[in-house]
Amino acid sequence: MTAAGTPAFSAAARPVQGGRRLPLSWLGIVPFAAYIALFLLLPSAIIFAGSFVNADGGIDLSNFTSINEPFIITSFANSLLISAISAIVGAFSGALLAYAIVTGNPNGLVRRGVTSAAGVLAQFGGVTLAFAFIATLGTIGFVTVFLKNIGIDIFANGVWLYEQSGLTLIYLYFQIPLMVLVFLPALDGVRPQWREATESLGGNMWHYWRYVAGPLLAPSFLGCTLLLFANSFSAYATAAALITQGGVIVPLEIQHVLVSEVGRSQPGLAKALALAMIVIVAIVMTLYSLLQRRTSRWLR
Amino acid sequence: MNSSRRIKLQVFRVVVFVVMGAFFITPLIAMFEFSTRGNGENAPRTLEAWASIFKTPDMVDAITASLQLAAITSIAMLILLLPTMVWVRLRLPRLNRIVEFICLLPLTVPAIALVVGLRPIYVWININVTDSILALAFAYVVLVLPYAYRSLDAGLAAIDIKTLSEAARSLGAGWLTVMWRVIVPNMSSAILNACLLSVALVLGEYTVANLLNFENLQVAIAYVGLVSAGTSVAVALASLVFAFVLLMVISFIGRRRTPSLAAAGTDPQYLTAGQRT
Repeated sequence: MTAAGTPAFSAAARPVQGGRRLPLSWLGIVPFAAYIALFLLLPSAIIFAGSFVNADGGIDLSNFTSINEPFIITSFANSLLISAISAIVGAFSGALLAYAIVTGNPNGLVRRGVTSAAGVLAQFGGVTLAFAFIATLGTIGFVTVFLKNIGIDIFANGVWLYEQSGLTLIYLYFQIPLMVLVFLPALDGVRPQWREATESLGGNMWHYWRYVAGPLLAPSFLGCTLLLFANSFSAYATAAALITQGGVIVPLEIQHVLVSEVGRSQPGLAKALALAMIVIVAIVMTLYSLLQRRTSRWLR
Repeated sequence: MNSSRRIKLQVFRVVVFVVMGAFFITPLIAMFEFSTRGNGENAPRTLEAWASIFKTPDMVDAITASLQLAAITSIAMLILLLPTMVWVRLRLPRLNRIVEFICLLPLTVPAIALVVGLRPIYVWININVTDSILALAFAYVVLVLPYAYRSLDAGLAAIDIKTLSEAARSLGAGWLTVMWRVIVPNMSSAILNACLLSVALVLGEYTVANLLNFENLQVAIAYVGLVSAGTSVAVALASLVFAFVLLMVISFIGRRRTPSLAAAGTDPQYLTAGQRT
């Protein structure tokens, strides 16, 4: 700020300082721009450029062709599947919860309590979440032991907590609260008069949901589902703490390649995987913001 | 609304709240139960796992480092972001959209991907500048950028900074005085909000620290968990309760003081990620 604080801040001074005014006021954003360039743009450039550099230092597409290897394809398929299932299940459960909130008193204690809790739980994740579920559903977890004592063995067909299905269940713990938060504004925008109008025109509950509320809420619902997808697709810490061996999902594959990068034949592979992730998330987030824009046409 | 539909709706609501409540509360109860277990079957409840947090030197170091990182990141974020945002609004309004876009960019770059690009930079920093864990703050400022931006943006929108700063300048105040004695006091709740979000994010951060080979709180939890699950569940629960309190404080501030902050609190992009990074 001090560097930029020199020019006089008065309209009268402008004509005199005419030429100098522009460059000096630009100085004010230099620290920010430099920081961003160094710690956000440079890493992105390293990823982008590095993914085209092959093992011998030449430039080609070999890193992308090695994404084609079966184990990497599998981890991409796993990632997409886990994200899709946890997004869809999370979206439906979250929408139900949001609807249960909206039908109550708008200023009531229930609504305030649930939205505050959702705000907190949507932030919850990472290593802590993995340990929470190990304590709950691990082989000696609270619920596992309790169910075993009453004669139910949830792991009769093998321990599923530490693989894809377990991961999907754990992701729901932050997906559902996130859905409540992002879908609530859309549900709030639905006016009771629309239901009354449907009824006075002779429509029943099915007609209301099929022809009025459904089509209006669909873009928002779809958009929120996409946000949930991107959210679980980028998640890494929970899986890393839960699954100690193997690259089950793409983030774990990146970790695997990155940590053992030295001495491997393809130093650019981690960068190519990272670039692929960024591209997927960017596409999903763009679709999300397009759908949000459509929703905001009738919301508020 | 007729009475049978009203009853059906009430039944639906109760069922949803009970089922969801059970799903979300059970893991928290389980963590508490798990961390107070005694050794062996039918052993009495004990707080041994909790006490052993402070007997594990690595854990104490990691907690200290994470708290220091949280403080440094919050302060660095404010110093970097707030003057820039004020300056852009006053003197370079054309850049407003670009700054917003850049600040929200980390939301679309997953932390696990960003860390791939950060690794060569950190190799250089470790050799030429410092190998202290506190260097992680450089990366953390980037990670908290979207959340801090949203919060500060809401705070700045609620006050008329142009009039305020012109009034202060015409009374002879320098730019530092304008920032420190006019703008900051007028948006203290937004600043507090941004800081608390940064603290919550830094305390929950695992990805960057783990892949750059630093041992912060979350890395230590994961590491201790390999040896003694009880201790790491205890630390996990403690850090979780701490983060809960911080975030509850945020939602309390957001609701009470400035309505615009509460609005920012329901903005989808503002709420994504967080501890997950």
